[in-house]
Amino acid sequence: MAGVQVANVSRSFGAHKALDNVSIDFPDGGFYALLGPSGSGKTTLLRQIAGFDFPDSGRIAIGGESVERVPVEKRRIGMVFQNYALFPNMSVADNVAFGLSVRGEPKAAIATEVQRALDLVQLGKLGGRKPHQLSGGQRQRVALARAIVTKPRVLLLDEPLGALDKALRVDMQIELKRIQREIGITTIFVTHDQEEALTMSDRIGILRDGRLVQEGPPEEIYDRPQSEFAATFLGDANIFRGDATGSGIKLSDGTTIAASTGASVPAGAKASCAVRPERIRISTGAATAGAGNANVLAGWVSKRIFAGNNSTYFVERDGQTLKVIVQNTGAERLAEGQPVVLSWSPDSTVLIAA
Amino acid sequence: MAHQLAIGSRRGLRPALPLLLPAYLWLTVAIFLPLSAMAFFSFMTDLPLAGKEWSFTLGNYAAFFSQSVYSTLLIASLRLGLEVTLWCVVIGYPAAYVLAKVLKGRSREAIFLLVILPFWSNGLVRIFSWAMVLREGGILDTALNAVLPFKINIDLMYSYPAVIIGLVHSYVPYMVLTCYLTLQAIDDSLIEAGRSLGASRRQVLWRVIIPLSMPGLIAGAALIFVPVVGSFMEPRILGGRTGTFYGTVIEDQFVAVFNWPLGAALSFILLAVVLIILALAAPVLRRAA
Repeated sequence: MAGVQVANVSRSFGAHKALDNVSIDFPDGGFYALLGPSGSGKTTLLRQIAGFDFPDSGRIAIGGESVERVPVEKRRIGMVFQNYALFPNMSVADNVAFGLSVRGEPKAAIATEVQRALDLVQLGKLGGRKPHQLSGGQRQRVALARAIVTKPRVLLLDEPLGALDKALRVDMQIELKRIQREIGITTIFVTHDQEEALTMSDRIGILRDGRLVQEGPPEEIYDRPQSEFAATFLGDANIFRGDATGSGIKLSDGTTIAASTGASVPAGAKASCAVRPERIRISTGAATAGAGNANVLAGWVSKRIFAGNNSTYFVERDGQTLKVIVQNTGAERLAEGQPVVLSWSPDSTVLIAA
Repeated sequence: MAHQLAIGSRRGLRPALPLLLPAYLWLTVAIFLPLSAMAFFSFMTDLPLAGKEWSFTLGNYAAFFSQSVYSTLLIASLRLGLEVTLWCVVIGYPAAYVLAKVLKGRSREAIFLLVILPFWSNGLVRIFSWAMVLREGGILDTALNAVLPFKINIDLMYSYPAVIIGLVHSYVPYMVLTCYLTLQAIDDSLIEAGRSLGASRRQVLWRVIIPLSMPGLIAGAALIFVPVVGSFMEPRILGGRTGTFYGTVIEDQFVAVFNWPLGAALSFILLAVVLIILALAAPVLRRAA
């Protein structure tokens, strides 16, 4: 087991900068999600760590050992591919045995290890099947067993749950997390699904256009995004733009929004504020700025989307549409067209330097 | 799946008849009828032409077994087929691999064209151009002597290697095409998966790529082996006196000796032997694929 250090890694394909000076420290034994839209460079970064492709510059270390010019087969990594990439001509057991058998380990030892790995992914009885006789979720497990049976130093997962349907995906998220804890392997997981990144990982790195936008524990990124992109890509956020006042921002119409978290921006500079939709209270009464310095805005409901356990209200104010999520507690529901008052605490407001 | 297919074919046969009929009619007229006539001839003492006397006989088939020259030539032809097939694998498979897995876009199209170019030229022209290349004082000889500082004599004409060269040239595109198709169908992520598991490029080749491209290798081998065993044009033109094979003997019966019944009988024996070989190889090949 070992941590992975990526330092100042850049990689270009022609004129396109796929990775631009990316540095990330992947902690030993941690579950790290690389999150980003398509084309953000997350898969390119994974391929550099795996060794399928070499960086133009920068350093990559696995367990403290520089590997940026070491070919993939010598890096002792385990990888799960998006399409699973099971060898169609081999049985499940032979697929799992592949990594051990190319090392020339004795047959009896291989059989024991393969059985143990298949038991770990709960496919102990299916060793004799061919991949095409398995369901998507089972193939996924075989791919995982094959990747970990060689006791790699790091486990790399390239959108491994992308091909599964929603219910199965949630099951596999839990399962993957359980297995990762059980063997305690450093895991790097590429995904474009923010929910997956939030629920599974200990740390998240958000990439955009080949650059690392922000990284840290999911709670930290969610609660204190450092950019509008981070705020809107990981979860939903209402963004206000204006001039910094020292304790918040002033919008163009003169309204001030107080913010007590986030960056410190000198007064007068351009800045924005991000507020999560679930942190905003919505009411029909007169401005109930009860809690001292709470932020208050008036508007009217333009749309309501009912989603079972919660409702999303779209509230119009001064040419801007704000999103508010309210738990369905059985209280009265607001009608479309109704004037409302929004209020939230400065603690829930994150100041972002422009 | 099989059930669905069964239903599909039951429902589909009647409307499919107009589509199938032309092909089967043509096959019947063009292959089945002449072949039946040949089968008939092979049991006759002479051709029923110009009022010649004829009767039924097994003598033509007996000739194969009584005269060892035929079986000797058949074995030589089988060996030729095996050698040419082997060379086609050795030359064609790497080319197919590069076409399918290394080259992309324009360069792939260009190389592909070069591979199938021989198909577009007349077979006889191809063989005679080889004759010009291979003979003493020919293109190969002159070119090598122009480059090398010492004198060497290249006269491959009328030799066994010349026959092999001509046949490999004619048939290697089949191997390239069939292997290209199966190699192209192998997902690149399988190769990457193999390497991520610690396998070297060579191990990935032997354990993943070659087993997965076996159907293409087998199809190519069958397409090459069968016609090469019966070939006569390349052996005759490039082999000269050394180019006597089973196929040339059959050809002689038809065009030189006018012993059609013997020629027909020898053809059917060849057909039987080839079918037996393919049948014997089938279980082994199926397991490999």
